[in-house]
Amino acid sequence: MSRRIVGPFNRVEGDLEVHLDIGDGVVEDAWVVSPLYRGFEQILHGKNPGDALVYTPRICGICSVSQSVATAAALADAQNIDMPLNGELAINLILANENIADHLTHFYLFFMPDFARDIYRNEPWYEQITLRFKAVTGTAVKQALPARSDWLHIMGILAGKWPHSLAIQPGGSSRAIEGQEQARILSIIYAFRTFLEDVLFGDSLENILSIASAAELDNWLEKQAPDHSDFERFLNVSRGLKLEKLGRASDLFMSYGVYRQAEGNLFKRGVWHHGEQPFEPENISEDLSHSWMKHGNTPRHPYEGITVPDPDARDGYTWCKAPRLDGAVVEVGALARQVVDGSPLIRDLVQQSGGNVCNRVIARLLEIASVVDAMSQWAHMLRPRDAFCHQVKMPDEAQGCGLTEAARGSLGHWVRIKKGRILNYQIIAPTTWNFSPRDQNGVSGALEQALVGAPVRDGEKDPVAVQHIVRSFDPCMVCTVH
Amino acid sequence: MPEKTHNCRDGKLNLLWLQSGGCGGCTLSLLCAESPDLVTALESAGINLLWHPSLSEASAVEFQDILERVIKGEIPLDLLCLEGSVVTGPQGTGKFHILAGTGKPMMDWIRALSAVARHVIAVGTCATYGGITAAGDNPSEATGLQYDGHSKGGFLGEDFIAGSGMPVINIAGCPTHPNWVTETLAQIALGGFTETEMDELGRPRSYADHLVHYGCPRNEYYEYKASAEEPSDLGCMMENMGCLGTQAHADCNTRLWNGEGSCLRGGYACVNCTAPGFEEPGHAFAETPKVAGIPVGLPTDMPKAWFVALASLSKAATPRRLKENAVADHIVVQLDTRTKESK
Repeated sequence: MSRRIVGPFNRVEGDLEVHLDIGDGVVEDAWVVSPLYRGFEQILHGKNPGDALVYTPRICGICSVSQSVATAAALADAQNIDMPLNGELAINLILANENIADHLTHFYLFFMPDFARDIYRNEPWYEQITLRFKAVTGTAVKQALPARSDWLHIMGILAGKWPHSLAIQPGGSSRAIEGQEQARILSIIYAFRTFLEDVLFGDSLENILSIASAAELDNWLEKQAPDHSDFERFLNVSRGLKLEKLGRASDLFMSYGVYRQAEGNLFKRGVWHHGEQPFEPENISEDLSHSWMKHGNTPRHPYEGITVPDPDARDGYTWCKAPRLDGAVVEVGALARQVVDGSPLIRDLVQQSGGNVCNRVIARLLEIASVVDAMSQWAHMLRPRDAFCHQVKMPDEAQGCGLTEAARGSLGHWVRIKKGRILNYQIIAPTTWNFSPRDQNGVSGALEQALVGAPVRDGEKDPVAVQHIVRSFDPCMVCTVH
Repeated sequence: MPEKTHNCRDGKLNLLWLQSGGCGGCTLSLLCAESPDLVTALESAGINLLWHPSLSEASAVEFQDILERVIKGEIPLDLLCLEGSVVTGPQGTGKFHILAGTGKPMMDWIRALSAVARHVIAVGTCATYGGITAAGDNPSEATGLQYDGHSKGGFLGEDFIAGSGMPVINIAGCPTHPNWVTETLAQIALGGFTETEMDELGRPRSYADHLVHYGCPRNEYYEYKASAEEPSDLGCMMENMGCLGTQAHADCNTRLWNGEGSCLRGGYACVNCTAPGFEEPGHAFAETPKVAGIPVGLPTDMPKAWFVALASLSKAATPRRLKENAVADHIVVQLDTRTKESK
């Protein structure tokens, strides 16, 4: 057996290192290290509560809006304020705009280029995939970048700019739009939809969303002309490399639910583990036993959370804390969101092969289709000249919790306010869940579990299978440790 | 096919992009470059992407190999871009950011690479001045490359000069506009970027010679001091909402963001994110500090007494249209379309 340290991983957001025990051609054990600490929770201590809206989006340039939405929701909870319908629709559109842009960035820029690596030169699909997805030079790059930029014009209209907007307020949106802008948003969504149908899926979104089982997905794939769409290209690579066998974690999935609508969230809140399970946010705690943090013996709920860095902490090996739900390790992300919500295709895929590299990517792409569809409806529902924002004063003593879903999974903020100032601000980001270290019971985090069993080829320094597994989570390390 | 001609004086330029104490937002913004897209823009300038964390294939050992060869001088480094602050804590050890896979503090890599780079470019307000990472008590002991907030020096020191003979180029902004970065790089490639192109704080004058105030669609409200009071109001945000657009050096309202946006167009205050120290304004970001009802921070090069006199004059003359629209979230009183003669 040998120990190997792998890093940095690029094409993830932020810096990441993984320690692997390798024996007999497979990974036998893994430790995930988040090597950067900045201290946002310390920075926020003592600040004016509203100032959190400036600081928290700057935790992360790729989940910036998600951080704003979580802050606004936590402050709204503390203020006991609600939003006018336009505010909710505008926030949904802004958040969805970021989440879908992130899914697109992940697929085209972060995930697919690994299949154009030299190690795959003998695969039948190698030439075609390299031409299409090679990092920087692949034909997909010059198609995906403009599609992404055009798509983010919705931010220009609704949020002023991206990343780091202040348009997202506890009581709604600071940007009330006019009818002409509503029409523009609809045309941007339409244009993006055309890109998805022509380039990504090679089929209508309706047809993609009607695929209801693993068998139907196989049928769909068989009917596709070769080299016809990027979804089809991915599925063929995945079949060839058996990506459904790679990267299985605990199969306990959590979603906070997201995109508020009058009739309930577009994607519902819950927990799934071979079936629906109860979800109580009060049962979330953070364990610091293996973090470079000063710690007591018992895990704490985030309202009581403490963040005091200590690079010499005994047993510590990462700046990341270990969040647990009722003591258990959970996986979050698009796959979790879709299985919790009840997507028939995703539930079938998970029932057959669990959480894995292939299913995580399919769930993300499927989510692009369903959210873009919902966005058209929200944009139609906007009512220019009705209110977009409510305003009330923040009480001097209050606490609030804001739960939302970033592209890469469940994001929670917990704030306590005393004498008009922030007494404690705690953040648990999606990749804090997925890339957490071991807890006091020695139980590994989700990625640490998912890496066990990953194949290592002869002579491979940085095993490609490990890279696929890591990137299948679409990790955001700057959120993980903030 | 013959090699295309690039807009670059000295053949191809190698660009290495590193990230440390930041959020990656300047990269994510850069990926929004338009007409042309980022990859085409770099290609056009003859810039070869030696490595970029979001775009390149090379990972782990392959990447470490690039760093080693650059430091040994085997690969020329023309452009070193750092995004994010230099993290020096705790107690100056740099342990708050050990570059993954190397066991070595990122600050050591930054120093070694800066020593061999022809141009050192700080991208974003964290890399230039410390920025948001340095807020509060600066828990990670973050600093900018050649500035620590307002004071010159920072991580590389006041006297640092890159191979080109120039100090660190400070493309400040939180985040940076994609064009601020692509155009500065393209100017460097053309050989036309010298110290005269930089302002006092090392920022490219191409955007730092402007004020966010220029082209603000709320200018008429500003002229008559018809002020917004709450988020989504249409009025000027200087008097009550903390807007620093009249002091902030950037061209955000003449060179728009994400197609047609800017902070002020988005209905919220400019926080002066291209300036050192913006992260600690000394008051709530969204509230204008006042003394005796008069905003403390006035346009920088205007005599205060003048401003106050003009403001009270113009306030007295504010048309009803602006007064009422300023506190509404859509136009409630329309422009008068009748000409004087027909009145």
